[in-house]
Amino acid sequence: MTIGSLLGAIGQGFIWGVMVLGIFITYKVLNVSDLTVDGSFATGGAVFAMTLLAGVDPTLCLLVAMAAGGVCGFVTGILHTKFKIPAILAGILTQLGLYSINLRILGDKANTSISQASTNITFIAKLFNLPHTRAGMILGIIVSLICILILYFLLGTEFGASIRATGNNEKMIRALGVNTDNIKLFGMVLSNMLIALSGALLVQMNKYADVGMGKGAIVYGLASIVIGEVFFRRFSNFGIKLLSSVFGCIVFFIIRAVVINLGLKANDMQLISAIIVVIALAMPIFKENMNIQKIGKLNSLNEMKQKSSVDLSLKEVLDKKISSEMGGGVDA
Amino acid sequence: MLKLQNIYKTFHVGTINERRALNDINLVLNDGDFVTVIGGNGAGKSTLQNVISGTINPDYGTIEINGVNITKLPEHKRAKYIGRVFQDPMLGTASDMWIEENLALAYRRGEKRSAFKWMIDNNNTAFFKSQLERLGLGLEDRMKTKVKLLSGGQRQALTLLMSTLKKPDLLMLDEHTAALDPKTASLVLSLTKEIIEKSNITTIMITHNMKDALNYGNRLIMMDQGKIIFDVSGEEKKKLKVEDLLLKFNQTKDAPSDAMLLSS
Repeated sequence: MTIGSLLGAIGQGFIWGVMVLGIFITYKVLNVSDLTVDGSFATGGAVFAMTLLAGVDPTLCLLVAMAAGGVCGFVTGILHTKFKIPAILAGILTQLGLYSINLRILGDKANTSISQASTNITFIAKLFNLPHTRAGMILGIIVSLICILILYFLLGTEFGASIRATGNNEKMIRALGVNTDNIKLFGMVLSNMLIALSGALLVQMNKYADVGMGKGAIVYGLASIVIGEVFFRRFSNFGIKLLSSVFGCIVFFIIRAVVINLGLKANDMQLISAIIVVIALAMPIFKENMNIQKIGKLNSLNEMKQKSSVDLSLKEVLDKKISSEMGGGVDA
Repeated sequence: MLKLQNIYKTFHVGTINERRALNDINLVLNDGDFVTVIGGNGAGKSTLQNVISGTINPDYGTIEINGVNITKLPEHKRAKYIGRVFQDPMLGTASDMWIEENLALAYRRGEKRSAFKWMIDNNNTAFFKSQLERLGLGLEDRMKTKVKLLSGGQRQALTLLMSTLKKPDLLMLDEHTAALDPKTASLVLSLTKEIIEKSNITTIMITHNMKDALNYGNRLIMMDQGKIIFDVSGEEKKKLKVEDLLLKFNQTKDAPSDAMLLSS
């Protein structure tokens, strides 16, 4: 793999990392699964592209895209908190509806090019005389670090603590006077604002917006969070946890680049990321099953030992087997 | 002061499972009353506490705390007046947060939570520490420990402290020692007594343990089939023995007997 494609992967990782931060808020902090992501990511991209083509300043376009993402999150939030639709279904419904809306935003076309327009990335590229992808990486780093800082400080405040407590123990924080429905609504809005921002940045990077650009985004995000956790499991500091999910996203895109380098197609990544998430989520169950099997084996050996109390030689053999099963050390 | 007037609550209306959980409850708690509530399963104790805390709405009646009508207030808005400790020790604290963070959350019970003020305020640390010392569990040295690392008893003691950190107008204890071993339960109960008496907090303590119901508090209420069937306080309560309560219990069982229900 070349340095160029590695740097490209890292740049992608930072840009998608903003989205991972958004997913982190709902999935990890609030403990609700919000599947609006695939839709709101593309909404952010589409809104950015169209406002940019209308001649609006690119930074302002980013803010407009974020606002659009916030509206998507608000819809899911209302469906979930006011209409009591389960969060997963509420997210799927919004996401499905958004597909039509995104097509409308893009002017009934599946994609729109912005290659002629000047963006934040072209600005940075010109300023430092850098190639496009390198400038995109710098923008991704700046934006994701700002987002991490804001989230870190926000979640450390009195209000932010009530968000964390809502994800931790809803009943408790409600008994302490917090309207948990409003907190969840806020969390979904904030989350989808970041997701849409990420989509808008990706449009800058790719120079086009596509109605299907958010496909599988939720799984990429979850995979990134899971990978980040593997590396930073020992840390409990909240800032590190935020950093670790962006880091996980970078690793994810490096894996993706390697996979493509090995001759697989970019579309195979959907399957690979699904498998990564499945393995990570199933790991505790595997461990538990292995423990249970071990107990079963030990019990049956002990049973055999009791039955064979007359035959001393067999007993000895079984004792040895039991002690080796238990991890050695214990000698009968 | 807590005032309940003509509270009715029926579950599963219009079905074969229709059950009147609260049947015309009238209750006035004076300031500083420490009331223990006993009753068999299905007597309406939990429904009573849920109606007061706002997790369920009554079908009819009014609830007042200190003259404020809270009947229509949602659960989170009643938190301003009510401190609660649940039966399940896991329910009263946020497990992934520090002891100090939990205390800070509780210290702002019912108040506005600012998005521009740090939750961990070093000015409060000394106060939290001194409060934790009262528990005598050594938690004051573990302020930055996550609550999930504490035992059930420690968590329940912490929840108790949290619910009274900012003095509530009413403290509700829902069988808060039922899930603890006898030794821990008596420790938490004596802490409960100490805290309540020191701050003179109006309290409702639901319990299954008749001894506890007699040993603690200045007033005792027995419930059956959604009604308050026995209400004693002061000297009369002090003279009460477990045998007397058992007698009462048996009387209630006879009234609408199983045989009668089956024959109808």
